[in-house]
Amino acid sequence: MGIQKTFYEAMREHGITRRSFLKFCSLTAAGLGLAPEFAGTIAHALETKPRTPVIWLHGLECTCCTESFIRSGHPLAADVVLSMISLDYDDTLMAAAGHQAEEILEQTIEKYDGNFILACEGNPPLNEDGMYCFQGGKPYVEKLRRMASHCKAIIAWGSCASWGCVQAAHPNPTRAVPIHKVITDKPIIKVPGCPPIAEVMTGVIAYMLTFDRFPELDRQGRPKMFYSQRNHDKCYRRAHFDAGQFVERFDDEGARKGYCLYKMGCKGPTTYNACSTIEWNGGLSWPVKSGHGCLGCSEDNFWDRGSFYSAVNDLNVPGGIESTADKIGGVLAGAAAIGVAAHAAASVISHSRNNTKGGSSHD
Amino acid sequence: MNSNVASGPRDPVGQQAVYVFEAPVRLWHWLHTFSFLILAVTGYLIAHPLPSPIGEPSDHFVMGNLRLIHFISAYVFAIGFAVRIYWAFVGNKYSREIFYLPIWKAKWWKELLFEVKFYLFLTKDKDSTLGHNPLAQTAMFFLNTLFTFFMIGTGFALYGQGLGDGSWADRMFGWIIPLLGGGQAVRNWHILGMWIMLMFAIIHMYMAARADIMGRKSSVSAMIGGWRLFRDE
Repeated sequence: MGIQKTFYEAMREHGITRRSFLKFCSLTAAGLGLAPEFAGTIAHALETKPRTPVIWLHGLECTCCTESFIRSGHPLAADVVLSMISLDYDDTLMAAAGHQAEEILEQTIEKYDGNFILACEGNPPLNEDGMYCFQGGKPYVEKLRRMASHCKAIIAWGSCASWGCVQAAHPNPTRAVPIHKVITDKPIIKVPGCPPIAEVMTGVIAYMLTFDRFPELDRQGRPKMFYSQRNHDKCYRRAHFDAGQFVERFDDEGARKGYCLYKMGCKGPTTYNACSTIEWNGGLSWPVKSGHGCLGCSEDNFWDRGSFYSAVNDLNVPGGIESTADKIGGVLAGAAAIGVAAHAAASVISHSRNNTKGGSSHD
Repeated sequence: MNSNVASGPRDPVGQQAVYVFEAPVRLWHWLHTFSFLILAVTGYLIAHPLPSPIGEPSDHFVMGNLRLIHFISAYVFAIGFAVRIYWAFVGNKYSREIFYLPIWKAKWWKELLFEVKFYLFLTKDKDSTLGHNPLAQTAMFFLNTLFTFFMIGTGFALYGQGLGDGSWADRMFGWIIPLLGGGQAVRNWHILGMWIMLMFAIIHMYMAARADIMGRKSSVSAMIGGWRLFRDE
């Protein structure tokens, strides 16, 4: 590990042929939406650059990001990326354990100070001094802070690291916070989703290692190449939405005909992700294709947005009131109507009383 | 640029009519009203779609048309409001009333208190203001003016999601989406905003009609012809 190997050398050592290597370069270029000539650029970069070590930390999480990642739809890409990023440290995937494993972290800091990528899956809980996530005798948040202070850049995998996800949902007993709330002095790229799509994860890593920088990010720090469109924008059921044809129940005729799931609470219209184009499990399917609405898992705070099965959700009103905009609004407008009617009646009574008393000077 | 008739004394004894609402203000008022009504109805139907039409999707465009009408009305609503803001600078003093509350004036607070008492039937005197009375002005400022800004902001932010990343709406209003916690939250607040404006509209219509019938100054006709008539004999 001490010798600075290039990506290409590392791959060859893992038994990947040059033919497979070039295929991977073309595939990556296509996956990233780059022009064909970039396949050569990627190949050249991988042949000449020393490979960047990646440290993959796990905080409070369910490991679904890793599960997704290792199931990258193109096995070739997964294989190559796994050897390519030289996962020097990953609690779930590495062979080392205990003190040996923790030593790798210190070695990485020594050898590659300021030069490695920190991939964070899950997030740190802050309550009780971080005791809710304890690794190697230390709170996770300390480990995260130490590694982050020496890394080059951070990838926030999944909705946990990007937004907080389920452990940060109300009332958030452990005070779990996304990475960007703890680490403020390093560039962070968010790759949200619960989990993110495998090809999106490999694509982001490939881009960063090839070009030595983040892909173009949007306002919220997500790579534009995968998160600049809503699932709704490329949904194959979009024609039914525009036509006004909706599934009303999961067992009705509309459901059988594949109508739009908006009325069933599909969050596609407000969810930025690449599910409707890349799909899941090697392009096999995705939630809407399987007949269920999108939950909006790649959006901030999606657990606290109310029902997954309603298009109009609970508002997060300060004070913990849980009610939909329509309920609150209906009550307000109804109260206004009743108030107006009552006031009108009172006005008439007051007016006629004044008149019978001899009238006021104004009339 | 004060109109010479309207700059008269606060209590116009003997003055029968004051030109309060200039033509652009009146035009905006009705554009605002009708575009809001269309927006409210189409918006409600976007959140709660109609029953599905039968047949091929290529034969129908129900949601498409609803959204189109919603967006066109939204442009009328927003551009109308932009022109109205311009008019607040060049129009008469009443044209500015809905954009600020003169909370630094003791007299204004006194009149506000009076209006509250008046509508609670606690006093039998009648108000002496020419334009909006302070209570009406307060309601107008918070429930109409601020919510119009809010609805235009959240509306165009959501519109920008459809237009796409980098579109004008996304660049100008897209920052609102993370601020309110994501697209779904913005949607819900946008819906609540509609209900609050509707609530305002109900109260506003009642107050205007009541002022016409029972008060000393004309209200509904003033927003049509511009002249406010007084019934002081």
